[in-house]
Amino acid sequence: MQFRSEKLSNGLEVIAEVNPEAFSLSLGYFVKTGSRDEAPEMAGVSHFLEHMMFKGTARRTAEDVNQELDDLGSQSNAYTSEEQTVYYMSVLPEFQHAALDLLSDMMRPALRDEDFQTERQVILEEIAMYDDQPPYGAMERAMEGYFRDHPLARRVLGTRETVSELDPKAMRAYHQARYAPDNLTLVASGAVDFEQLLKSAEAMTTQWKPSQAKRQLVTPTYCSDKLSMVHPPATQQYTLQYSPGPSYCDDARYIARILGTIIGDDSGSRLFWELVDTGMAETAATFTQEFQECGLFCAFLACAPEQHDENWEIIQDILGQGRDVPITELELELAKNKICSGMILGSERPSNRLFSIGNAWTIRRKYETIQDASEHYRQVTLEEVQRAFEALANTTSVLVSVGPEAEI
Amino acid sequence: MQQKVFEHRLSNGMVVLGESMPWLESVAFSLLLPAGTRNEPSDRLGLAGMTLEMCQRGAGPYSSRDVVERLDFLGVDRSSSVTTFHTSMSMAAMSRVLEPTLEVAAAIVLEPHFPEDELEEARQSALLELASIDDDPAQKCFKELKRLRFGDVFGRSSLGSESGLKETTLEDCKEFHRNHYNPDRSILSLAGNFDWDRFLVIAEGLFGSWKGPAYIGPTSVLSIPGNSHLPHDSQQTHIALAYDAVPYNHPEYYQGRGLVGILSDGMSSRLFAEVREKRGLVYSVSASAHSLHDCGSVLCYAGTTAPRAQETLDVTVQTIRSLENGIDPAELKRLKARVRTALVMEQESSSSRSSQMAHDWAYLGRVPSRQELLQTIEALTCESLLNHYQNHPPRRWSLVTIGPDSLEFSDAVS
Repeated sequence: MQFRSEKLSNGLEVIAEVNPEAFSLSLGYFVKTGSRDEAPEMAGVSHFLEHMMFKGTARRTAEDVNQELDDLGSQSNAYTSEEQTVYYMSVLPEFQHAALDLLSDMMRPALRDEDFQTERQVILEEIAMYDDQPPYGAMERAMEGYFRDHPLARRVLGTRETVSELDPKAMRAYHQARYAPDNLTLVASGAVDFEQLLKSAEAMTTQWKPSQAKRQLVTPTYCSDKLSMVHPPATQQYTLQYSPGPSYCDDARYIARILGTIIGDDSGSRLFWELVDTGMAETAATFTQEFQECGLFCAFLACAPEQHDENWEIIQDILGQGRDVPITELELELAKNKICSGMILGSERPSNRLFSIGNAWTIRRKYETIQDASEHYRQVTLEEVQRAFEALANTTSVLVSVGPEAEI
Repeated sequence: MQQKVFEHRLSNGMVVLGESMPWLESVAFSLLLPAGTRNEPSDRLGLAGMTLEMCQRGAGPYSSRDVVERLDFLGVDRSSSVTTFHTSMSMAAMSRVLEPTLEVAAAIVLEPHFPEDELEEARQSALLELASIDDDPAQKCFKELKRLRFGDVFGRSSLGSESGLKETTLEDCKEFHRNHYNPDRSILSLAGNFDWDRFLVIAEGLFGSWKGPAYIGPTSVLSIPGNSHLPHDSQQTHIALAYDAVPYNHPEYYQGRGLVGILSDGMSSRLFAEVREKRGLVYSVSASAHSLHDCGSVLCYAGTTAPRAQETLDVTVQTIRSLENGIDPAELKRLKARVRTALVMEQESSSSRSSQMAHDWAYLGRVPSRQELLQTIEALTCESLLNHYQNHPPRRWSLVTIGPDSLEFSDAVS
């Protein structure tokens, strides 16, 4: 396993974790743009653009793009988050050049008007699909309530209104500003021929012009709020609580992730034994969400409406038990084993490694092996987890509950 | 494509399979037991799942808590599930902990405690899981499709029924375990980094003396055409559609699977192109091959906002029927490229390989090699696919919709 990185003359960074023993290779363009980089009236443009990137280029129709992705036998997809838009494919090593040619060409899309109108319908379907699904927009509402006027408050999919109002011209301008070589990283993992990759990337992106795209980093002022939403067709009650947590750049995230596992992993955690194993709740979990300059510690409950209040009280008790029921050595060891083993098992596919190294490089400009990452978890001490646990007791938090009836 | 597959029978006849993947650090196994929902008494729907749950609540030297803590300590990634014909348990871990992991799995299967004081908790969990499906219309749609299409016995859901779960006693679980957790037709398949000879010694020690009653095979499964609509207050209408196809153990299975690939594998597939890309009708549309013993089906799904649901259904059915106009050589070439890649990438995951082997053995009584599969796929031609379509045209349709309004569908009884 060898890490390579290089910067091309146009500012595009190329990084790879090369494993000559791998059966396949994965390639991805990581674009440092997401919902947080959008103007409020353009909410959803990053995600809409992600769809449009598959709709053809100057030299390929939309059909060509889809057919070539399949010709290469690739497993490919894309996703958009608050902070990133990622396009990736996994192919056999013999297709490295062809895959890069296609993916690089896709980064310069035609953005044709008629495709834009058709694809808008698909996005509106996607919004409707999520609106119908638990927790029925509770996560978006919690982000809005917690971050208020901070850029992270914006919805990744946008809203029906903003998506309906978007026009192709504004999208083209957004693309030009954000998809510049100095705001993209080409990431590769697996059986990569790195020299060849550099040569091809240089040739394919020579016309790309840097744009000095910026991201506004803002220390959030967290707000406390409680919000109850009614979704009459729902049969269960869903409650979500966001409190402050470490950012993706903060080493304390290892502590918070371990704490999240001890308190609320889907098996063997305190919430599991108290609420899930006993059949009181369908889901009771804690987990972290990390962004570039801030993060969240989240609690989630799904259960029958009539059991909700009792269950939520139990969760509050458990989260507030820092002083009374300290974390044990056994809990810490089990959590570390679970996390580290999961990481190693997951890393066997080059496609999974792509995201680990790509995310770390684009947000933190760091490369870490699996061993490095395991070591970070192994070094977390009982005192550190205990301190983080005690700190959970008095935090600012936003709570959103959605279910069939009002007032929870 | 290098491949080394081992097959062996323990002294009690239980089948053990192995595929060596020494380039991995992990090992994964699947344990497939011949205990499915079809074995449940009709007034105890959900018993198979309850029994599996109770087996994990204390077994052998482990208490309920020990089972979880031991597996977490070993860093084992695990899952378990119930289907129409099987109960399955899958675990993946670093290869150095294979033996202790197998010990826990064996205890769960062979020596469950069935603690009385945990029955109510297991029941409540099962009832919650059953209730939660009401908030997942897409899944509910397929649950109803299965019930409608495969009838009282073979159309059961692993979630069971409210009355069945409420009636289940500890004695029911014990009896189900006695009668259907059975070495005859059980399969233990292993993939990843392991020493086969050492593994055989461990497997024989853990499972070799396990005895059980003789296995009784299922009767033939026949699809039942028809349609049904479940009213639901949602923006989207969910459409689940099924028609007959050849099953997994049919000599022409890959012809039929190839046709499903033309319809649904990849972004250039016909359903994705026609329903989503050209018309923007849906976010998701797909088709997949499904086998229930000797009954094969193609299952399709589309989700779209209610006013466009009828058009979505019509275009979906038209697209399926467009196969009768033949297959384009470029489509077939793409299909083959995708299969080649998938077969190579299968070597990157011990988990997917171990469950595939168990599945193959259960259906075919053997594990086809990647080479054999590749040759079968390479031998497909546009003519052979069209020919297969003509001999097995879509028939015996089932349709279930969930959403504000029902849809018109004339093929249901064709």
